[in-house]
Amino acid sequence: MPTATVPSRHSYLVRVTHWITTLCFFALLVSGIEIVISHPRFYWGETGNVLTTPLFKLPIPSSRSLVPTGYGYVLPDQNGWSRYLHFQSAWIAVLTGLLYGISGLVTGHFRKDLLPAKADLSWRGVLTVIANHLRFKRPGAAEAWSYNVVQRLTYLLVIFVLFPLVIWTGLAMSPAFVSAFPATVTLLGGRQSARTLHFFISLALLLFLFVHVAMVALAGFRSRLRAMITGTTGSPTERI
Amino acid sequence: MSDLSRRKLITNGLAAAAGVSGLGVAAHLAEKYGLIPPDHGGIYGLGETLTYASQRLLTRHSFAREFSRSQISKPPLANEIAPFNDAFKRLQAGGFADWRLSVDGMVDRPASFSVAQLKSYPSRSQITELSCEEGWTYIAEWIGVPLSYVLDLVGTHPQARYVVYFSIEPDWWESIDMADAMHPQTFLTYGMNGDDLPLGNGGPLRLRLPRQLGYKSVKFITHLTVTDSLKKFGKGLGSASPEGGYAWYAGI
Repeated sequence: MPTATVPSRHSYLVRVTHWITTLCFFALLVSGIEIVISHPRFYWGETGNVLTTPLFKLPIPSSRSLVPTGYGYVLPDQNGWSRYLHFQSAWIAVLTGLLYGISGLVTGHFRKDLLPAKADLSWRGVLTVIANHLRFKRPGAAEAWSYNVVQRLTYLLVIFVLFPLVIWTGLAMSPAFVSAFPATVTLLGGRQSARTLHFFISLALLLFLFVHVAMVALAGFRSRLRAMITGTTGSPTERI
Repeated sequence: MSDLSRRKLITNGLAAAAGVSGLGVAAHLAEKYGLIPPDHGGIYGLGETLTYASQRLLTRHSFAREFSRSQISKPPLANEIAPFNDAFKRLQAGGFADWRLSVDGMVDRPASFSVAQLKSYPSRSQITELSCEEGWTYIAEWIGVPLSYVLDLVGTHPQARYVVYFSIEPDWWESIDMADAMHPQTFLTYGMNGDDLPLGNGGPLRLRLPRQLGYKSVKFITHLTVTDSLKKFGKGLGSASPEGGYAWYAGI
């Protein structure tokens, strides 16, 4: 009955920013794949084009006839709307991320929910969590209310390392932005290095997404999803 | 209605009104300072406007990176171009001696320049990178006369806001704001790597601006118009690119 007195598993702001970021992530992923298709070759250094040796090529056809792919056909050009959508989603994701980051600092969300406790921050603690995962041990009721040490470290890595890096490497590809801030690209070793790094960091974020969704599914898809939408977990703790 | 919810309603109403009028003021200021791109309408208008406005504020006077001679790409990449039309072929047969760049619109002295005339003006060169929206890049030395030099010759009106430029190829035209038009690295380019500009790279005359992606550097240009509004050109979106689904501003 007194469910109204139970605190939310996730704050209103965390839930809203989570789903806006999710939408942006999918828009960035789809449009990013479309942009890569127009030149599925990657290089290292400042310059790279069909006359230079690539670092590696993706074994896919291209939307441009200039690119030698080995396929006898050219895919339709989708770069126009893909670029519009990519940058619009990037803007919304960055502004949402700023809101989340600032509120996380102000409310203590990072300190309370994501920073691992000193006691947990040991190899033994981390290995215990991993061992439990490998044995497919379902999380206990208490774990529906907080994150374990591996979760905390992963979320911190995504929020404070991968997201800033993907934004940095993205900005490093903008000819106007780097004209004002040339170090953005020179520190990375050149524009093509920035593009290649952007690709790999995006792959790391995609890997996180797969593991994240898989873990949610294993821990109890409906209750975890409900917690991120309504804030309530539906776990026994709620009815105490 | 309880007092509490009424107070909440009033507070929220005031906050919403402040938000809307704040947005209104921001839009008015943005328009006044030229921070709204011509393709600001439609579902991608928000991102496009944020990109153009922020980059215009950050990069108005910044310079594209210049590279050393040893970094010039060998051989320079020539992108695919459609077969030349008859008008181009006629001028090509005459060694481009009759190639003209006409300049009109909001200028005091409309004029027409041959490539030889443009070459007689103080020549500048820059070793900059051409970045294609597809992802590839190359570095070349670009030789030409700054567009600002020619615009000063014809005398642009104070209310001029954009320069629209056209290729000899039909339906290939772009436009830039005055910040980019007057930028020292924006060239009417007639040479490359110490030689004439090859046809594949836009010869005999290409507008080159290294702070935007390659598709803004239109090849084979024959006509410039200075204007205060892009509404009367094409569909009013600023250039051929937004009509084909691409962003007008390509600084990103």
